[in-house]
Amino acid sequence: MEPLSWTGSIAFLNPILMLSFGLLAASIIIWVCLNIVTSGSKTTYNNDATTTFTASPAAFSSFSVRLFFFTSAALITAYLVLGMFMGLTAGIVGAMAQQFIPVWIALAAIFALSIIFKRKLGLYGKLFDNQVGMIGYAIVMFWILTGIFAAMDLIATHDPLAQISGMKNKVPGTALRDPKDGAYAYYLLGGDNLARDVFSRMVTGASEVLKYAPLATLFAFMVGITLGLPAGYYGGKLDLVISFLANLILAFPVILLFYLLVTPEIVATGLPQYMAVILFSFPIAFFAVLLNSRYRTQPVKNAVWLTIVLLPLVLMYLSLINEKGSKIDFWPLDLFDIPGGVLVVFVSVVFVNSPTVFRIVRGLTMDIKTRDYVAAAQTRGESPWYIMLWEILPNVRGPLIVDFCLRIGYTIILLGTLGFFGLGLPPESPDWGSTINDGRKLLAIYLHPALPPAFALMTLVLGLNLLADGLREESLND
Amino acid sequence: MGLFILRRTAVMLLTALCLTFIVFSLTNLFPNLEKLAKTQGNFRMSDEAVVSWLEKNGYMQPVFAKYGQWLGVVPGWTYETDEGVTGRCIIGTVDADVASQAPQLCGILQGNWGHSTRFKADVGEIVQTRLSNTGYLMMWVLVLMIPLALITGVLAGMREGSITDRVLSTFSIVTTATPEYVSGVVFIAIFASSTAGLKWFKGTATGAMENPTFENFFLPVLTIALYAMGYIARMTRASMTEVMTAQYIRTARLKGVSFPNIVIKHALRNALIAPFTVIMLQFPWLLNGVVIVETLFNYKGFGWALVEAASNNDIELLLAISVVSVVVVLLTQLLSDIGYVFLNPRIRIS
Repeated sequence: MEPLSWTGSIAFLNPILMLSFGLLAASIIIWVCLNIVTSGSKTTYNNDATTTFTASPAAFSSFSVRLFFFTSAALITAYLVLGMFMGLTAGIVGAMAQQFIPVWIALAAIFALSIIFKRKLGLYGKLFDNQVGMIGYAIVMFWILTGIFAAMDLIATHDPLAQISGMKNKVPGTALRDPKDGAYAYYLLGGDNLARDVFSRMVTGASEVLKYAPLATLFAFMVGITLGLPAGYYGGKLDLVISFLANLILAFPVILLFYLLVTPEIVATGLPQYMAVILFSFPIAFFAVLLNSRYRTQPVKNAVWLTIVLLPLVLMYLSLINEKGSKIDFWPLDLFDIPGGVLVVFVSVVFVNSPTVFRIVRGLTMDIKTRDYVAAAQTRGESPWYIMLWEILPNVRGPLIVDFCLRIGYTIILLGTLGFFGLGLPPESPDWGSTINDGRKLLAIYLHPALPPAFALMTLVLGLNLLADGLREESLND
Repeated sequence: MGLFILRRTAVMLLTALCLTFIVFSLTNLFPNLEKLAKTQGNFRMSDEAVVSWLEKNGYMQPVFAKYGQWLGVVPGWTYETDEGVTGRCIIGTVDADVASQAPQLCGILQGNWGHSTRFKADVGEIVQTRLSNTGYLMMWVLVLMIPLALITGVLAGMREGSITDRVLSTFSIVTTATPEYVSGVVFIAIFASSTAGLKWFKGTATGAMENPTFENFFLPVLTIALYAMGYIARMTRASMTEVMTAQYIRTARLKGVSFPNIVIKHALRNALIAPFTVIMLQFPWLLNGVVIVETLFNYKGFGWALVEAASNNDIELLLAISVVSVVVVLLTQLLSDIGYVFLNPRIRIS
């Protein structure tokens, strides 16, 4: 079969898109230059109750930027929409657009619903008033949905681990030599050096990355909050000791720490499991204290809530740390097993992230604890943990949510670094870091295996950064 | 001020001791030692052979004793066999008379950094050559990064919300979202591969160790500088926008001082205090970037040595590397604190 070209029968759009991009770039440059030298448009209010609008060349250039931006955006949408319907006839771009159909539908549904109900949705709804935040949210949601649907096997064209003979290092759009019945006939983004499909690996990599990064960040936040609140609130010796430990971890070069922790030899000693025992106990402690400080005076309600929340948590905790045939093997009801390699990656990422979260929470707490409502709660005779968790914590949620978004991005970069050095995750794992590492060895000759995962990682982190920026602006307006 | 520096130095020493001890105990866990024995001896060693090899090379002592010897506060170990005496402070196998002449203490306090099992050379020398390679790389990174970051930040921050601000802020967000292993790969793909056909630069910096040229050295420098730059630029922007809303800037404006004069003479000096600390605190992250970039571009510097030492469990080299990096991190923290106090008269006077 003929190999696919990039755009197939919609190639007539290419020169228009190129022209539009060129004009966009040129107009942005002119816009910026004009803006540095001139003062922009302004409205002057005259004495006779009229207004005069003075527009400068900068205003015209800003109009042209907007024009070309929308033209380019419309053209890209045209590629995707045409591709969705035409599929393989619209080349690689079209075929990919078609593969992503579930994502487009879900994305459109989420945006439509959120924009309709945005006034009722609090901070999340406000995000849709902010252009930057909306773009960031769209990118992040695109990858999250891709991750979800890829895990349900709706997007990938091939098995990410399957090797098909004759497809080694083949360029994007190469047709399979003799496709089996029902198999997808092309490698959309080419094959890697082990003849696996790059497109499927990138898509499955999204679910791999998004499985670990948010969860690891959440754990780091639990640890950081549980330690940061008392350190900031009580101060003194407690603060001194915890801060010293946090600075100790922060002074460690991250890569050295990874190299020391994430090796099979260390996994064999059971050290990651002991660390997991400590780190994963923090969420339990957090929820126990959270509920107990609230319902302390109503024993029945307290007991009910504690059981509902803590029982599943403790069960999960025990199955998480317990593994057959390792150093910790005492619990009979092991619900799921985490392979040692993944556990150690998870533990070290949490370990590296929590001191920074601790420092942020500590700083915010020290700032908030001098407020009047804290003094009021103290006078009411509330317990210190109630004040920390129910008075201070809700009031620092803005900065913490923003930092959470940024930190997920950072965690993704860290996971990628681990993959890049071939540490931890199994070597054939489709996560982006490992794929980039595989692809870079032949980079001088074959570009296509390394670039898609690199691009994916970059856009996801960029989306998270933009989302955080949008949230920050909106929470400041709150 | 003197007391402050003294106290910080004490904390620094304590931190360095704790960290090296952690590295020491992690590298001296038995599975790691077993791996070391097998790579040094042979891979088919029996368990007894491994133990005897470790015994002979002084690895079977308690961790604290070994750590003390490494520091140079406890006399080094010796081991007697029929062929002669081996020991920490003795080179090779010698007879008892020569052994008694050897110094008792030989740790880092005596200037003995030990012997690298990976490179079969003196650790002090290795660290010196590798560090000078990396130092050269870092120098160019700083030369490129600091002006770029400060100019971007100042231009973006001087008129908040303007077009320049938006474009430059987007640029700095994009650079912070692109880790070194992504941007490095993209740069090699665009500028160095035969597929894209540009071939402006070389995709490897191996040649740059002897003969650094723009062609083989620019890509690694750019890769490190870009990732770290975004963060500094954003901090500079934040600090600049804060200064530009200050009362004294408004006063200057009402007095009729021209805008360029306000920015250069009035705002810049105050706006650059915060970025200074940020630049100093970026050093630990630059270290991270150095390891990635040196691996990616095959430049044999400090980061490359770290990767080599760690993957071969080269205990003494790894310790030396962690000492150096911890000292760099803590020293820059100290410098940033001192510099902040020095630059900011409000803190200096109170």
